[in-house]
Amino acid sequence: MTAETVGFWGIAVVLLASSLAVVLTPNLFHAVLYLAVSLVATGIVFLLLEAPFLFGVQLLLYAGGVVTIVVFAIMLTERLVGETIRQTNRWVINGAVLSAAVLAGVIGFLLRGETPAARAAWPEDSTAAVGLALVGPYAVTFQLLGVLLVAALLGALYFARTDD
Amino acid sequence: MPLNAYLTLAALVFAIGLFGVLTRRNAVGILLGIELMLNAVNINLVAFARFHGDVTGLVFALFTIAITVAEVAVGLAIVIVIFRVRRTVEADHLDLLRG
Repeated sequence: MTAETVGFWGIAVVLLASSLAVVLTPNLFHAVLYLAVSLVATGIVFLLLEAPFLFGVQLLLYAGGVVTIVVFAIMLTERLVGETIRQTNRWVINGAVLSAAVLAGVIGFLLRGETPAARAAWPEDSTAAVGLALVGPYAVTFQLLGVLLVAALLGALYFARTDD
Repeated sequence: MPLNAYLTLAALVFAIGLFGVLTRRNAVGILLGIELMLNAVNINLVAFARFHGDVTGLVFALFTIAITVAEVAVGLAIVIVIFRVRRTVEADHLDLLRG
């Protein structure tokens, strides 16, 4: 077994366990903490795939940014943090069946398709390659992304304002 | 590990996230499920990029991450406005548009 195989199975267990905890734990605050674990585990999957830049972005934006915003939203909207009321609606069985059906569909598709078993050649420094792509062929898209972020933040500000 | 291992892992995370979206009552919990699903998509993008040796997939994953952050900011702002108006974020109680 290579180091990558061991790392893959270890991180797969952590990722799946924390993801299950996100959707199953009755306390919403704990769910956010498990989401942070799950997001960091996803970042480590990116490391296994030799994309260290995305690992950094994942830590900064998701594990740092998104988790903080969600924690604030929970503190603003839950009257009693730590209250363990029933957190699932009456469609648990239907939801489980539908999710299992989607999973079966995707895996069936994977089993039928032809996917490469070995990795192709990869740039020595993938971060540099991503940077060149961002300012080269994808420069316009990159700028549009900035416009989108400004629009999203203005929209969030508009929602959050008070009338007076 | 072959590409299929990474794709299967992403499919499992996606299904778990979908289960969360369908069964959570709290609107914030639904957003957490959406986060999981988008993460699974990012794993797919990076895995395809690595196995085909093309960094375009990484750029695309980067765009997905940034768009997700914008989506979370607007989504949580909407949740907070709903809480301010209706005093609840239980999705079952938000049925104003039901005919």
